[in-house]
Amino acid sequence: MAVGLYGAAFGAAATAAGLSVLQTCMLSLLMFTGASQFALVGVLGAGGAPLAAVASALLLGARNTLYGLRLAGPLGVRGLRRVVAAHAVIDETTAMALAAPHAAALRLSFAVTGASLFLGWNVSTLAGALGSSLLGESAQVALDAVVPAAFLALLWPRLRNSGTDRVVAAGGAVIALALSPVVPPGLQVMLAAAAVGLGFGWWRR
Amino acid sequence: MTWAIVLAGSLGCYLLKYLGLAASPALLERPAVRRAVELVPAALLAALVVVQAFTDQQALVLDARAAGLTAAFVALLLRAPFLVVLLVAGGAAAGVHALA
Repeated sequence: MAVGLYGAAFGAAATAAGLSVLQTCMLSLLMFTGASQFALVGVLGAGGAPLAAVASALLLGARNTLYGLRLAGPLGVRGLRRVVAAHAVIDETTAMALAAPHAAALRLSFAVTGASLFLGWNVSTLAGALGSSLLGESAQVALDAVVPAAFLALLWPRLRNSGTDRVVAAGGAVIALALSPVVPPGLQVMLAAAAVGLGFGWWRR
Repeated sequence: MTWAIVLAGSLGCYLLKYLGLAASPALLERPAVRRAVELVPAALLAALVVVQAFTDQQALVLDARAAGLTAAFVALLLRAPFLVVLLVAGGAAAGVHALA
């Protein structure tokens, strides 16, 4: 249900940012990691440089690498099955899989969550992309507010669990706002993430 | 150009996923890798929140999105589920826009 609204919001946001319906749907099919997709179309919609759009998506997508490292052992997939399974290594499948009580349940949970999310995400993306042109002004305003709210909701567990993350997040927000008037759109997000994430990581060494 | 961005971004994101499943778990033990992967998303997500909520092109602005974000913040404090947070944010922004 939540993935339906989030997917529809993505479909509408992507077409509003200037992507075609086909490009929007290809992102959900091929990228299939929500935060990266929103970051990419957010930067493009703000008139950002292509490189900044791709880099923002990749920086956010890097957390999937961490999930993969955690899942690799218990999933135990090789060859073609690994090529397919990799596509489903995202926030939701990792959370569901790691909550499973044993290895067989973990694999089943990962597969079921991955398949149902993939279906729901792509269907709702298409619906959002096709439906966005029908939206009235109030719905557009609401949609514009849904995107930052979704990012805040994704950030929330980190803010609740870690003081370090709170400092890092505050630093990222301040730097991004300060840079917004002076650097091209999209670049401030990357610069803020790189400066705070890497700077803080180095300092805490 | 947009197609190149879509395809390059998608390929890159897929490779990042595959790398995790295929790489040696020892990579996770390297403190620099671990810290960067843990900290960068917090900074990046926070930057995206404020840029998406408070900027228009290069201008800093305060509009209905700020009301939506505030409502989302309150909903999260009250431990509302993801779907509710999105609905509350959209509703608050549309409400403020209608009043303004």
